[in-house]
Amino acid sequence: MSKIEAQHVDFHYGSFHALKDINMSIKEHEVVAFIGPSGCGKSTFLRLFNRMNDLIPDTRLDGQITIDGQNIYDRSVNVDELRKNVGMVFQRPNPFPKSIYENVAYGLRVNGIKDEAFIAEMVEESLRGAALWDEVKDKLKKSAYALSGGQQQRLCIARAMAVSPSVLLMDEPASALDPISTAKVEELIHEIKKDYTIIIVTHNMQQATRVSDKTAFFYLGQLIEYDNTNKIFTNPSKEETQNYITGRFG
Amino acid sequence: MKKVFEKIISGIITCSGFLTSVVILLIVVFLFSEGLGLFSQKTIEEGYTLVVNKSNPVEELNAKQIKEVFDEDVTNWEEVGGKPEPIMVFRFEDMQKYFSEEELGPNYENATACINSLVEKNPGIVAFVPEEFAGGDGFCGKRLKDHTISAGEVFGGNEWFPTATPAAQFGFMPLILGTVWVTVFAILFALPFGLSVAIYMSEVSSARMRAILKPVIELLNGIPSVVYGFFGLIVVVPLLQDVFGLPVGESGLAGAIVLAIMALPTIITVSQDAMQNCPRSQREASLALGASKWQTIYKVVMPYSISGITSAVVLGIGRAFGETMAVLMVTGNAAVIPLSITDPLRTIPATIAAELGEAPAGGPHYQSLFLLGVVLFFITLIINSSVEYISSKNK
Repeated sequence: MSKIEAQHVDFHYGSFHALKDINMSIKEHEVVAFIGPSGCGKSTFLRLFNRMNDLIPDTRLDGQITIDGQNIYDRSVNVDELRKNVGMVFQRPNPFPKSIYENVAYGLRVNGIKDEAFIAEMVEESLRGAALWDEVKDKLKKSAYALSGGQQQRLCIARAMAVSPSVLLMDEPASALDPISTAKVEELIHEIKKDYTIIIVTHNMQQATRVSDKTAFFYLGQLIEYDNTNKIFTNPSKEETQNYITGRFG
Repeated sequence: MKKVFEKIISGIITCSGFLTSVVILLIVVFLFSEGLGLFSQKTIEEGYTLVVNKSNPVEELNAKQIKEVFDEDVTNWEEVGGKPEPIMVFRFEDMQKYFSEEELGPNYENATACINSLVEKNPGIVAFVPEEFAGGDGFCGKRLKDHTISAGEVFGGNEWFPTATPAAQFGFMPLILGTVWVTVFAILFALPFGLSVAIYMSEVSSARMRAILKPVIELLNGIPSVVYGFFGLIVVVPLLQDVFGLPVGESGLAGAIVLAIMALPTIITVSQDAMQNCPRSQREASLALGASKWQTIYKVVMPYSISGITSAVVLGIGRAFGETMAVLMVTGNAAVIPLSITDPLRTIPATIAAELGEAPAGGPHYQSLFLLGVVLFFITLIINSSVEYISSKNK
């Protein structure tokens, strides 16, 4: 059974039709990459999975998205609980102006956890999970802003991991990072995929081939092709995909 | 041609900038030179002196003691460091009660002799008389030493009677405390309301609602303070009188309420701007971790904008501190140290506005009002610099 299922998803920003009849199914512990030119709707689609688009006024969704068989846009769904289960890492590192420790602990605290020993344990586990522990273990009380951009982004991944989600959404997580930090983040994705279902939006096609099991190509609000990464990049079945990956547009 | 024109423009701009700075500097210098003159004034009214019997061991009295003696709050020399002897207060205006017109002679020719005899006869006397009648050959009284007004008396003194004779009281304490008192309460009232409205406008309301609310709130800033004072006098004062059963409704509380209303627009607009400057990425980061909207507001948005909110509060304090007209109208203007919020009180700006017109130019009363101006100047300077400091720390 698939972990995430999108059926006939249509999405409007006001009168702009941003996503057109998207169907997709994602298995548990898969890494799926969304590629496509700017403005094709891949980030919009990603942000539907944790209902982040709810924050934007005057939008409309048709169709259905289910995670673990539950329609996440159902009235009975608690959005805060959903977002706890579906973590997100943003394009630019966005740590809070708090200490490194408090950044990771934030998600636990807002979810009502008061047990300091448990929080400390989870902070360490998440920072280890994000391959950041060794670099920050002596300065947990220091401001998160003292870290480098790449470290900040891994801190944000650790922060998302701390609330034990089952799905991780990554919106171009390496676009603001240098090549070395990018390599570290990619390595990290490899390591954590056994525990999470990961969806990653990327502009970098090499990155998509390196990290993902499956790739979805979006163009003008439509899902053109969705298949194994290997197949998409070696033998795509649609002409637009071929044109895009060979760099003829986009 | 173009070059010459530009030179002229830049010359005019430089000149006007220079001129403005000089004018401001001159105002400050003027304030200081007038205000500091108070410290070279004598305690006792100019041209007068205090005379006691030669046997009296008291050499001098300070301003407060003089007032107590002449108000007959102190009735025995023992209380001011002398021998046990009842005090007999004599003012120059009392002359005709003691002496007939014949005895005084035409044009008070014999006044010196009369005073002399009176002082000699009464060991407990203290006479407040013009200097010209307290001296000369055979004068058997003792003139009390006079001294200049000290900074301690002014800044530590708790009585403000600038027109009292023989010694005016220039204690700033009741005025400073009155100002602080009314300001503190104004901010305590304004802060919760101001912050709630700011949160509502920045986080809850729709863009359309905000577009209506913001100009309305900014409009409140443009209402002249005398209108607020009038509103306070007609609405707030009678209301407080009824609710708290006060003998008079004019009180610190009325002032605080009116000032709170006046400080609200500043607090709302500045803190709302600060909150709206909290980047979307910060809010999204919080929401994406499963935090609710309200958790995001008080755990992310508020801490992020705390320096803006602090600036808003300090600006509100500045507004309340310097306000003159509205407080003058509703606080009752009693220059006593306020003990409860329902007591009448008097603020520094209200004192200056109310009394400057009746203070003789160059006199100690006039100078003391300028010195109050200096105090106010320093307080607002501190407030403004702290706003600068807080907002520069934010960047």
